[in-house]
Amino acid sequence: MRKLKFSAAINEAQHMAMINNSDIIQIGQGINSPFYVGQTMVGLLDRFGVERLIDTPLSESAITGMAIGAAITGLRPILTFPRMDFMYYSMDQICNHISTFNYSLGGNSPIPLLIRAIINRKGEQGAQHSQALHGLFMHIPGLTIIMPSNSFDAKGMFLAALEEENPVIFIEDSELYQEECVVPEEYYIVDLKKAKVTNEGDDITMVSSSVLLSKSKDALIELKKMGINVELIDLRIIKPIDFETILNSVKKTKKIIVVDGGWSTAGVASEIISMVAIKGIRLSNPPIKITLPDLPAPASSVLEEAYYPNTAKIITETLKNFNRNL
Amino acid sequence: MIKILEKMLLIRIFEEMVAENIKKGEIKCPVHLSIGQEGISATICEFLNDKDYVFSTHRNHGHYLAKGGNLNRLMAEIYCKETGCSNGKGGSMHVIDRSVNFMGSSAIVSGTIPIAVGAALTIKRHNTNQVSVAFFGDGATDEGIFYESINLSVLYNLPVIFVCENNDFATHLPNRMRQSNISVTERINGFKINSKNVDGNNPIEIYEVAGEMIERARKNCAPSLLECTTYRWLSHAGYWQDLDVGYRRKEDVEFWMNKCPIKYLYNYLKLDQKIDENQFELMKTEIRKKVTDAVLFARNSRSPNILNLDKGL
Repeated sequence: MRKLKFSAAINEAQHMAMINNSDIIQIGQGINSPFYVGQTMVGLLDRFGVERLIDTPLSESAITGMAIGAAITGLRPILTFPRMDFMYYSMDQICNHISTFNYSLGGNSPIPLLIRAIINRKGEQGAQHSQALHGLFMHIPGLTIIMPSNSFDAKGMFLAALEEENPVIFIEDSELYQEECVVPEEYYIVDLKKAKVTNEGDDITMVSSSVLLSKSKDALIELKKMGINVELIDLRIIKPIDFETILNSVKKTKKIIVVDGGWSTAGVASEIISMVAIKGIRLSNPPIKITLPDLPAPASSVLEEAYYPNTAKIITETLKNFNRNL
Repeated sequence: MIKILEKMLLIRIFEEMVAENIKKGEIKCPVHLSIGQEGISATICEFLNDKDYVFSTHRNHGHYLAKGGNLNRLMAEIYCKETGCSNGKGGSMHVIDRSVNFMGSSAIVSGTIPIAVGAALTIKRHNTNQVSVAFFGDGATDEGIFYESINLSVLYNLPVIFVCENNDFATHLPNRMRQSNISVTERINGFKINSKNVDGNNPIEIYEVAGEMIERARKNCAPSLLECTTYRWLSHAGYWQDLDVGYRRKEDVEFWMNKCPIKYLYNYLKLDQKIDENQFELMKTEIRKKVTDAVLFARNSRSPNILNLDKGL
């Protein structure tokens, strides 16, 4: 079975999609540059040319509007933000236009647009080069937000997003780019409605996603050695969240820990835990959330170590739920 | 030219009736009237066919009607009814009629300018000989995205026409208090875009320049900017004249009411013996009847069904 790195899986999906559909064009800052988007764009420029791969000025706001205009008139644009932080410049076009346009116009103007947003955590990059904004966009109606954790999902979810009639934000963490797993060579899509139970267990439900899924998996192995069987759920879809899968698991385990790479307040973890409460599921111990603290990212690697969730923290926090210490 | 006169009258009478029905309390959503500015959209749309794209703003009724959008459905949308062009979800500021490629409007100033540029990108890639037109006011030129959009259109050589209806006010604040250089055309000269300033209340002058710009866009995929100097007779929103709130003088409003584009074109055509007083009155009567019917249609339509609240996202 063939294995592909995460970045290569995205690259393969893009080649496939662009061959199949000549209306797919790409718009974005640095998409034809070796500095920005890792190996995800390899070979596209040579194959499809500058007419279809538009490496734009820095004007994030206007290129986002341009992508909307192209999308509603018959093209199928992919709009790339090489750093998610740069999306703040596009907030009006994303939150006032992409999200509301179709609804305000009576459903007469769906926007088939795929937005690639790349998180670049760590590396002493500081506060404005490392942000994960999925929790922020989750609050805005009208946006589908997806966050694959592995190469298989990256390819299948990317291709599925291109089949959607409405806007999708595809969030990739560049820390995943070198990770690899088995990826079929043919075209396939992953259901954009379902989370995935990646490990069954009876003792606690752990919801995780994107780059933190592998850290959660490492934690799960250690916890198993300590006699705790974790049911691990890869969230995959940030919006709409597949609550059914999560709630079914929590009904069984009566315990929940949510691991998320965003900030704590009003984020993914809070949303999931609130739904567990609303549904009246009796927990045997208080729920736990592991997130970033409500702070901008620091530069120093020493501070980064304390800032970002890691395997040890996931283990420690989980054990607390069993009234145990490491 | 007669068609331009007719379109201007349609917009004028439509908006006068909207104003009346705001006064009566029948229309409740925020409404931005363009009375006095009709010459611009009516003349420019004369060069457009149903395939050409138009994008608009909060002050959109003139653009919608000039492009040939459905009259009844516009009125019903202003009444926020189910039969409205946006099914009552948008109100006056969010209107669309895709059957004539009137592609929608935004209530965020400058919001649809880059979207019009994107439509032009599709035109160029599909090689379909259409043009894309963005209407906006001078307030939009206060925004950075306007300049970014101009740059993209020139950089990629796209068939888009930027039409700035410069009525001097961003709600209450005049150009001189917002801009270091009040001329939009001068400000964007550095982008190497074809541009011109015209008297926005003179349909003949607009006609000559717009025709040439649209031709250039169709033939050479070249963008242009047309700055039309004009004035809105009424307040930023609603039916008032804003004479008592301190930002404009009665004399200014009277000056511009004398420069009425409808009066100008009517006199021009009458002198040319293309129309006489009887024909003009008949034209008004017929339009008044159509607009009255539209009001009845809107009034008698049902409000949206709450079961449709979550439809169309």
